Amino acid sequence: MLPMLSQLLKQMMKKPFTNLFPAKYAPKNVRGYLKNVQEGKTKIIPPVGIPDEETFRGKIVYDREKCIGCKMCIRVCPAKAIEFKEEEKKIRIYIGRCIFCSQCNDVCPVDALHMSNEFLLADANKASENLIVE
Amino acid sequence: MKYEIPIGPLHPALKEPIMIKCTIEGERIVDVDVIASQNHRGVEWIGMNRNNPVQSIYLAERICGICNFCHPSCLVIAVEEITGIEVPERAQYIRVIQGELERIHSHLLWAGVAAHELGFDSLLHYVWMVREKVMDILELVNGNRVTKSIIMYGGVRRDIKDEHIPKLRKMVEYYREGFNKIAKLFLEDKTIKMRTRNIGILTKEDAMKLATAGPTTRASGVKKDVRQDMPYYAYPDFEVRAVTPDILTGETVGDTYDRIVVRLLEVKQSLEIIEKALDEMPSGDILSEPKIIKIINQVKKSEGEAIGRHEAPRGEDIHYVKLKEGFEYLYAWKVRAPTYINILSWRPMLLDMQIADIPIVAASIDPCLSCTNRVTIVKNGKEKIITGDELHKLSIQKTRRLLR
Repeated sequence: MLPMLSQLLKQMMKKPFTNLFPAKYAPKNVRGYLKNVQEGKTKIIPPVGIPDEETFRGKIVYDREKCIGCKMCIRVCPAKAIEFKEEEKKIRIYIGRCIFCSQCNDVCPVDALHMSNEFLLADANKASENLIVE
Repeated sequence: MKYEIPIGPLHPALKEPIMIKCTIEGERIVDVDVIASQNHRGVEWIGMNRNNPVQSIYLAERICGICNFCHPSCLVIAVEEITGIEVPERAQYIRVIQGELERIHSHLLWAGVAAHELGFDSLLHYVWMVREKVMDILELVNGNRVTKSIIMYGGVRRDIKDEHIPKLRKMVEYYREGFNKIAKLFLEDKTIKMRTRNIGILTKEDAMKLATAGPTTRASGVKKDVRQDMPYYAYPDFEVRAVTPDILTGETVGDTYDRIVVRLLEVKQSLEIIEKALDEMPSGDILSEPKIIKIINQVKKSEGEAIGRHEAPRGEDIHYVKLKEGFEYLYAWKVRAPTYINILSWRPMLLDMQIADIPIVAASIDPCLSCTNRVTIVKNGKEKIITGDELHKLSIQKTRRLLR
């Protein structure tokens, strides 16, 4: 136990390593807490930032105008998260299924798909508007 | 009077569905039986019936969360061998760096888990804090911490940028400075030494007979390493040598302590490889064929079979792949993860040990294993259930007892 003891004593003087996102203590009422945040009564402790914005893969951004409906992204998507809309010849992406591999970005011949930096995607409903890109 | 204790299929010390049946005489373990195949995920079926080879890379990545580079890497090696897809030099170096980063994070994760199994939780938290550094680097280079989706047939998908290299070097420096400290915390600690020295011994003969792989076999003194025996990627340039515990301690016992030594030494070795790879990394392309649809068509046209081998943090990982002309999916795909071959060594390790030693000995081969279950003791036809927490408590109690 002895070699660890000095480390433990040193550690007592230091701040905790964990980033306390979104609040220092878990709020008793999550909805009430979120309401307070919206009204500006409390401040959220921000999440740890993204180290490199270019390599980070967040929520997909879809450029509808550029898309030519070639279905290549559907062919390579490992999670089968992309659906083809026959009548419009465009796609619909279900973020609830997306695994953020950005393979569709690589395969797209017209550069219509990109990865954004948005990563706070928690939602109570997997079919909510936030989680469907079209 | 003999009792039989079944541990698993689901158990906190094992973390993956497997069953160990221990026959107990008092506190002493007299017989061990390992029953594998408690869970079937159908990963290989999906690769052979639903996914095209490019989709299968991401599926292979999800076979194991910690070895998320080894599995796709094996698959890619096998498919590249059949189809003859070339890999640029720079991509080979990046693959080596990725593989070694993974080894560092996996071994540090294991070191924390081992400390936890002994009831030494302050060390667990310390080691995992140190591990954060390599996770940050993985996030910087790959975009996320796990399931990196970096490998692709014919290269890698993302380059290591020039601005990332100083940060990688800083990480190497950080671990080099921290290595002595962690080694001291683990190897000079009286408690850890008492709980691991001469516990769970796997002799060299047994290790050879059971064909164990990775740190488990190297701790018993068998110099076996895929990076040394059959170098792949850019490994021939690094002349990797298998690490055995006698480098540090001067003797090879083959016990749990030696397995800690080997893993810590491998972290040091990985740091050297990363540093050398960063120095010698040539410039150039990272993908030989950027058009993915072309790759899919080429795989569809090829025929043959191959084995992909990769030295994963836990040992040698093997994927067998067969392709058939005109068949869109993999015609055959068989995965053999290193843990599968290592679990058999539990029998010689656990014989004559105590029940309280099961968690640390089982964890010492780094079984890529999940949680929450109980042990059922059948005594005179009546069942008594020991929960995972209680078993963990037994382990902590033994540590305390030894300290007194």
